[in-house]
Amino acid sequence: MNINLTLFGQMVTFAFFVWFCMKFVWPVIIEAMEERQKKIADGLDAADRALRDLELAQNKATDQMKEAKQEAAGIIDQANKRANQIVDEAKQQAVTEGDRLKLSAQAEIEQEINRAKEELRARVAGLALAGAEKVLEASIDDKANRALVDKLAAQL
Amino acid sequence: MAGENPASTTEYIQHHLTNLVYGNHPDNGWSFAHGAQEAAEMGFMAIHVDSMAWSIGLGVLFCWLFRSAAKRATTGVPTGLLNFVELIIEFIDGAVKDSFHGRNKLVAPLALTIFVWIFLMNFMDLLPVDLIPELLMMVGVPYQKIVPSTDPNITLGMALGVFVLMLYYSIKIKGTGFVSELTMHPFNHWAFIPVNLFMETVGLLAKPFSLGLRLFGNMYAGEMIFILIATTFAAGAGAGLIGGGLHAQIFGEHTSAWFWLVIFILVCGVCWLNLKGKIPTGRTVLLCMVFMTIGGGLTALGGGLMQWGWAVFHILVITLQAFIFMVLTVVYLSMAHEEH
Repeated sequence: MNINLTLFGQMVTFAFFVWFCMKFVWPVIIEAMEERQKKIADGLDAADRALRDLELAQNKATDQMKEAKQEAAGIIDQANKRANQIVDEAKQQAVTEGDRLKLSAQAEIEQEINRAKEELRARVAGLALAGAEKVLEASIDDKANRALVDKLAAQL
Repeated sequence: MAGENPASTTEYIQHHLTNLVYGNHPDNGWSFAHGAQEAAEMGFMAIHVDSMAWSIGLGVLFCWLFRSAAKRATTGVPTGLLNFVELIIEFIDGAVKDSFHGRNKLVAPLALTIFVWIFLMNFMDLLPVDLIPELLMMVGVPYQKIVPSTDPNITLGMALGVFVLMLYYSIKIKGTGFVSELTMHPFNHWAFIPVNLFMETVGLLAKPFSLGLRLFGNMYAGEMIFILIATTFAAGAGAGLIGGGLHAQIFGEHTSAWFWLVIFILVCGVCWLNLKGKIPTGRTVLLCMVFMTIGGGLTALGGGLMQWGWAVFHILVITLQAFIFMVLTVVYLSMAHEEH
């Protein structure tokens, strides 16, 4: 219970431990804690921001999808229209082509008919002459009657 | 342990309250004191080796513990020791911020050191009163007080350290304001300067003394109760199976520490087996009781239970006293920083 040198011994020891704590313990741990606090706060902020970004992105994606759908619908419409158009055009073309072919065929047929008529005429004239020759049994003057027969053939 | 008659009980108590003193004895020169008488004769030029050793040892333990936590301090997820240390630091930081409003880098580490160090010193009170002194006695150390905070030198030493800081900051922050605070309060008139000076000086000096003596008184009283329980319940060591247990029958009055060690190992073993799930809890308690009764007799068992009960209560006291010392230090330093 005596007060003695222990008093000063304890004071010195006390000072030393306080110094040690002040230098090597307190600032290190407090700094780490504060830094961690900041890090956690930043992390939470970042998470919030990310969440907001996500929402925005989702909204944007939905918008884009809607747009894309509209565009696609437009394209399909257009394509349908175009297809109809093409079909119509093709029909038109086919009709005109058909008409054209028909016309040319008719022309050809007419030509053919004319040629046949011509040939027939020539043959008919010959045949008529030969028939007439046979009928008359006499040789008619070819020169004198030729004009007559040709006139006849032209009437055919 | 103590004997039966009052004289040896008194001796037992006195023995427990005597420090291991090394000092300059008028006859023997620098030597260890043999008993309280010689220690008193040494006067001021002596040192309590046990108090200093335990105090420094516990301080080193504190520094080592917190330093190793500080080395592991990361901004990542804290684990284990770091978690624990951060819990304490957060607590101290909060307490300091509550009562100290100035800007001072010293106060928080000071508060941490005070709190943890005093807590550790107080904590020595919870070790069985005889355990370490008896063990050291076996290797030839005659006296040992293992609770440094039951030594007024230790508590007043710390309080004086705080007092020096109070004076330093008062003068540094207030300058001449400190002088006027001492002389012109509470009666602001030149005629009252002596009265004021007297009152303020008493008030100022009362702070470190109350700080140191409060801690000392509480811890000393707590320690006394542990010792008294020990003497009361161990008084009948020779009084047969009920009083002294089996060991008194075997060894007589002479207590063998090895016997106690065996009992200790048995009790620990039983508890360990219970924790491993090998023995049911009811049987564990029963076995422990039996071992304790064999070791110390029924009264010793009762004493053990009372020691345990007081220790549980004392946990509150040691924590509270450490906290009070810390908070008052912070408050005093805060007052030193504030202008009136």
